[in-house]
Amino acid sequence: MAKKLAIIASKGTLDSAYPPFLLASTAIALGFEVKIFFTFYGLQLLNKELNLKVSPLGNPAMPMPVTIPSIIQIIPGLEWFATWMMKRKLKLKGVASLEELRDICIETGVELIACQMTVDLFDFKSEDFIEGISRGGAATFLEFAGDADVTLYI
Amino acid sequence: MSHFDVELDTSGLNCPLPVLKARKALSEMTAGQRLHLIVTDAGANQDIPAFSKMTGNPLIETKEQDGKLHFILEKGAA
Repeated sequence: MAKKLAIIASKGTLDSAYPPFLLASTAIALGFEVKIFFTFYGLQLLNKELNLKVSPLGNPAMPMPVTIPSIIQIIPGLEWFATWMMKRKLKLKGVASLEELRDICIETGVELIACQMTVDLFDFKSEDFIEGISRGGAATFLEFAGDADVTLYI
Repeated sequence: MSHFDVELDTSGLNCPLPVLKARKALSEMTAGQRLHLIVTDAGANQDIPAFSKMTGNPLIETKEQDGKLHFILEKGAA
């Protein structure tokens, strides 16, 4: 029987969006059955148009070309710059784009589940999400995770 | 290098793309055919053997040449 990977994707920043899609697509390549449960800010990963950002604010571990004091990091445009820089770096290093990884996940049969409670909480609309996702709650996730070989909270 | 039927060059691509592309290439091959996979991602030294082991596609040969890793994978029966 195929191994199972269960992932909770709870974050919606550009950097945090990578691990769920990266591990899910790789797990499928290794013969796993995979389900990702998207909750809270992770729901942003299901939007048709991915407009995710990364910010050095509150993230002292983020490498920056020059050290920028936290108080300065609130200036408009810095988040845009950090996002641009990260995307440029990803491309330069031959890392797949998020869109590419997500497409591979969909094509290869990763089940993408939107947490119904948080969809309602944030008033997200079905038409904003990509096609082919399913809906579920905590019990839906736990039923699958209960039998999973690997379970991750990201 | 041993003989091969299909060649896949993933030079410049980083984790996990070489593994994902290898899976796709193998899925289009028949059992017994061999894939020559070329990778520049240094992590492939561990990743490709793990991929081979978990998917039942035997790793026939591994070689490093001109800064690139070369793998010969045989499509398994499964």
